[in-house]
Amino acid sequence: MNQAEWPLWEVFIRNKQGLDHKHVGSLHAADATMAIQNARDVYTRRLEGVSIWVVESTHIHASNPDDAEAFFDPAADKVYRHPTFYDVPDSIKHM
Amino acid sequence: METLEKPALTQEEQFQARIDADVRIEPKDWMPEAYRKTLIRQISQHAHSELVGMLPEGNWITRAPSLKRKSILLSKVQDEAGHGLYLYSAAETLGASRDQMLADLHSGKAKYSSIFNYPTLSWADMGCVGWLVDGAAILNQVPLCRTSYGPYARAMVRVCKEESFHQRQGFEVMQTLCEGAPAQKEMAQEALNRWWWPTLMMFGPKDSESPNTEQSMKWRIKRFTNDELRQKFVDMMVPQAEFLGLTVPDPALKWNEERKAYDFGEVNWEEFWQVVKGNGLCNADRLQARVQAHEEGAWVREAALAHAAKRKAREGVGA
Ligand SMILES: [Fe+2]
Ligand SMILES: [Fe+2]
Repeated sequence: MNQAEWPLWEVFIRNKQGLDHKHVGSLHAADATMAIQNARDVYTRRLEGVSIWVVESTHIHASNPDDAEAFFDPAADKVYRHPTFYDVPDSIKHM
Repeated sequence: METLEKPALTQEEQFQARIDADVRIEPKDWMPEAYRKTLIRQISQHAHSELVGMLPEGNWITRAPSLKRKSILLSKVQDEAGHGLYLYSAAETLGASRDQMLADLHSGKAKYSSIFNYPTLSWADMGCVGWLVDGAAILNQVPLCRTSYGPYARAMVRVCKEESFHQRQGFEVMQTLCEGAPAQKEMAQEALNRWWWPTLMMFGPKDSESPNTEQSMKWRIKRFTNDELRQKFVDMMVPQAEFLGLTVPDPALKWNEERKAYDFGEVNWEEFWQVVKGNGLCNADRLQARVQAHEEGAWVREAALAHAAKRKAREGVGA
């Protein structure tokens, strides 16, 4: 009776052709084939997808939320990366 | 040298500030242990309710009156399985283990919604469950789409999208019976008589008896109190029952013009606590059915793992 739990998989679904795959949740399955089949039944019962990716959760590496401030800081003071930083004379069109 | 005028916020104060600013909390963010525990308890109880909730309706799949009703009921029950799975995976992001949650359900340690400990005796019960029980679930669940914990909120968005079909099909079952022969209408009324009060209990104990509500509201896990939701439900349902030509089994029910809401009678709290404690009509049956399904599925889980291991070994050799 004491048996290992099926591994956890993260599920990503492409809603329709032309869109990115988006994370929708996770599920347990013994292997990738089964994870995809389960994902179809759990996450696309109403045609929510045209394509599914599954990744074993242990393979996801994430940035650390505690470091988020320092980690994303380099982009914080570069307002010149945004078009709104530049004053375009009113007479200039199409820019 | 300490030059700060104001002492820095503690972790807990920072956390509460984020909640107050309606910033969602995500799995790896720091959170108070009590917040984590409260969420694991609430989300896993919710997941268990979806899972056990399949049983009273599953009871009628083979005896649905037409192929159409059977397909609809089957789909609804599949959705409830899906809801359970979304929720278990949300609880797992907090560090709960799926096996442990199921073990707690099967041992009787974990709770699930008391409503599923009532029997489904006639086909009209399928109408009442969809119309009333899913209706109450929707009222509980819609505010949870904005709950402070991200994965729970996202799971609830998914759930809520699917619930409205559940309620509508239930209402349609009721409507069909109410427009049918007198015996059918009687069956509908009899089902409403049995389900009305247990459904009001779904919102939980009175606010004055619900010690966790205040903290849950502060953490924005909950956004409305039990009594607020119960009142909303009554106000929503009474006109629908009138439309069906059915009588709500509450002699104290009366429109209050001043409050612009219905006054209604007192729930039988003694019965509520009895069912919570495990003494409802079906508590033992429901648990037994769950445990049996889990045990009889053990070989499938083992075989799938063995198959995966074998395939992995074969691929390893081939590479
Ligand atoms: Fe559900
Ligand atoms: Fe439902």
